[in-house]
Amino acid sequence: MKNLLLFFTAILMAYSIYAQNIEVCNTCAVSTLKNAVSIAKDFDTIVLKKGTYKEYNILVDKPLTIIGENYPVIDGELKGEIITIVSDNVTVDGLFIINVGTSYTEDYAAIRVRKSKNFVIQNLVLEKLFFGIYLEKSRDGKVFHNKIIGDAVEEYNSGNGIQLWYSKNIEIEHNFVQHVRDGIYLEFSDDCLIKNNVSTKNLRYGLHFMFSNNDIYQDNTFEKNGAGVAVMFSKKIKMLNNIFKENWGTASYGMLLKEINDAEIIGNTFEENTIGINIEGSNRIIYKNNNFINNGWAIKVRGACYTNSFVENNFLYNSFDISYNSKINDNIFNKNYWTSYTGYDLNKDGIGDVPYRPVKLFSYIVNRTPETIILLRSLFIDIIDFSEKVSPVFTPDNLLDNNPLTKRITW
Amino acid sequence: MLKILKYSFFDLMRSRWSYVYFAFYLLLGIVLLFLNNDLSKAVITLMNVIIVLVPLIGTIFGVMYYYNSKEFTELLLAQPLKRSSIFLGQYLGVAISLSMSLILGLGIPFIAYGLFKSNAIWDFYLLLITGTFLTLIFTALAFNIALTNENKIKGFGYAILLWLFLAIIYDGLFLMSLVLFEDYPLDKLSLIGTMLNPIDLSRTLILLKLDISALLGYTGAVFKKFFGTNFGLIISFVMLVIWVILPVLRIVLKSKKKDF
Amino acid sequence: MVNIENLHKRFNKNIVLSGVDLNITEGGIFAILGPNGSGKTTLIKSILGMVIPNKGTINVLGENIKNSSNYRHKIDYLPQIANFPNNLKVKELIKMIKDLRGDTNEDERLIELFTLHPFLDKKLGNLSGGTKQKVNLVLTFMFDSPLIILDEPTTGLDPISLIRLKDLIQTEKAKGKTILITSHIMSFVEEVSDEIVFLLEGQIYFRGSISELKNKTNQPDFEHAIASILTENNA
Repeated sequence: MKNLLLFFTAILMAYSIYAQNIEVCNTCAVSTLKNAVSIAKDFDTIVLKKGTYKEYNILVDKPLTIIGENYPVIDGELKGEIITIVSDNVTVDGLFIINVGTSYTEDYAAIRVRKSKNFVIQNLVLEKLFFGIYLEKSRDGKVFHNKIIGDAVEEYNSGNGIQLWYSKNIEIEHNFVQHVRDGIYLEFSDDCLIKNNVSTKNLRYGLHFMFSNNDIYQDNTFEKNGAGVAVMFSKKIKMLNNIFKENWGTASYGMLLKEINDAEIIGNTFEENTIGINIEGSNRIIYKNNNFINNGWAIKVRGACYTNSFVENNFLYNSFDISYNSKINDNIFNKNYWTSYTGYDLNKDGIGDVPYRPVKLFSYIVNRTPETIILLRSLFIDIIDFSEKVSPVFTPDNLLDNNPLTKRITW
Repeated sequence: MLKILKYSFFDLMRSRWSYVYFAFYLLLGIVLLFLNNDLSKAVITLMNVIIVLVPLIGTIFGVMYYYNSKEFTELLLAQPLKRSSIFLGQYLGVAISLSMSLILGLGIPFIAYGLFKSNAIWDFYLLLITGTFLTLIFTALAFNIALTNENKIKGFGYAILLWLFLAIIYDGLFLMSLVLFEDYPLDKLSLIGTMLNPIDLSRTLILLKLDISALLGYTGAVFKKFFGTNFGLIISFVMLVIWVILPVLRIVLKSKKKDF
Repeated sequence: MVNIENLHKRFNKNIVLSGVDLNITEGGIFAILGPNGSGKTTLIKSILGMVIPNKGTINVLGENIKNSSNYRHKIDYLPQIANFPNNLKVKELIKMIKDLRGDTNEDERLIELFTLHPFLDKKLGNLSGGTKQKVNLVLTFMFDSPLIILDEPTTGLDPISLIRLKDLIQTEKAKGKTILITSHIMSFVEEVSDEIVFLLEGQIYFRGSISELKNKTNQPDFEHAIASILTENNA
């Protein structure tokens, strides 16, 4: 027992010799973070006590651990960027950062990581910001459990919550982002994992990919954004078990896919969006086990989409299940459950005996003349839809689910 | 008027047609529920059925009742009663008994299935309210037709035509005019077009509930105001009330001038 | 009692009444006669307010009947064909009319008089024409109003009931009431009426007692007198 205590003391002492603790508070010898960073040696820990620190342009250029106790406030007073990390192995934990400067020429962020590796940014609260966490040409970092609450009103003068630019292998988990332009934005960033985040009420997108490949996002919730998630010009993205809810408006989508190839969209729930998924120029995508519930349009295909497969999804109570703007179809629909399916199953094998035609004539009419939406659910519309179903003229005639299921799929 | 209402109502409660109507809704409710096993889906299907069927039954039944109760009416006319109370009483008698058949016929299976525990309950209320409004409107329209046409066959003919027009033809013309004039701003026109037909009006109420996500996809300030706020709901209800009042007023005026 | 001035009525292009002036004094039995389509029923219905005149005024008991319904409390009306709601039972119908017009105890006596007891629990749709007419009579006579209007009261009645009806009319007359009757049975008219009003082509062709009519037409009996009017005017 005594030996053990001695052993721990020895380790602690060894540690404190190797890495020193620097305390910062308003009345301490070291009263600013900037000062603490400048006097710290590599691998020191800076502990910020509770209080308000009016500082900006703090450059962290050595491997340090910066920890806030009881959420000390760092107030940038709208003067510019607040913390910029340019060294590897930096950890920032438990700070409350407010008042990031706004500029039209420079993207000021609450925290920026530039050309660095192995960083950890966690437990931060960011408010009144321009950009929140900005990762630039960095890799192998973690962004955990941060809360970013913006007050964005217009797209042109607001920034993104978490932005990745030419970054690789970043894990973004358990963050909460609200009221910014894009909740999370990835540009030229590969091999990232975005998991368990909640991104809501953002002006533009909850999550936005541009030219980023091999990323995974899963178990996230995107609610009431301009549009839930936009995935553009990217390859091999895995989108698993996310929830897309109440993205309402003229150009609002649960998910927007543009020039996306070889993606997997599995196990997601799209509920009450104006458009569940809007697809343009996207090929070889697998849609499986997704729930489309109460959307205006579950899926809107705007052309140039080839060899996609929609298998074993639930389409529940959508105003329109699928909408196409052309007569050509090269996609496969198979074994989905459609609540608007009215066929029968005489041999009781759980598969309807009549194929289901998910594209209605009326969706074609609404594409042409949007005001006609007001005639939705009219008996007259049902009649013309029926006649189109019998002999398709305006809609792709090979677009059929040949094995529509008669019971909702569970997985 | 209340006395007439009472007698008309009890007279109808005893007639086989009320039971047929009641039984029909009961059956519809049970079949939808126990075949679908899905309350929300059953409510949605019902909504589609209700906005077409209730007007049809309301008009046919209203016209039929009027012609069948001619003797009763004449008996009443010789009594010291105001004409308006006789006809309003009969009208309300028919409309209320039809509404009761609807509410009970659908209510019983849905309550038995566990409606109160479901979140489809508000949709179901809306369904019953719209159904009742449609019954009130179309029975009144039926009485108007019957009051203007002595000839029973003609009266039935007009009643069917009225239904056919409002339920189907109107929407066809509506759609055609929207597509023809698609180069012009149409959102006001389309809303006005909806207000002028009680079936479309009830459909709008249901759209507000079921298809709000789709409706909000349209870019038009008027549309947005109508569907995005409570404005649409309020206007629709006001219009439904006006749609009840106007034909009822005509019943009163027409009956004052009519010979028996 | 009933005062009609310059009454005009047409149904579409069909002119039914063209300028009827009629003053019916209190007390006595008046028969309104005329060929089919001469406007008898229209005249009666005008008095009852069921037909709205195109022109002219009608006063009942000194009150203009236009847009009024209360004066009908003072009229007992027997409609021509006893059409009642088929779903109702006889008992319920009587109860309903009492509910609408006010209570009376006379119905018991009248039901007794026309031996309607066995039918009280039957539905009106299942009754024979004669029985319906008896019910009709009960409904009319159970109230005590100064003006009684009977449209074809004898239709379908058996001889015993007919005698009872005549007695009933006479007792009401004895009470000083005014009674208007239309009928095709000339013997009945001749027997009960004090004065006749003969309608022809929408106007009053003759008004007076039966003996005056006989004198005017030079015919020995009432039936021939009527017939001679009709042949004269058709020729």
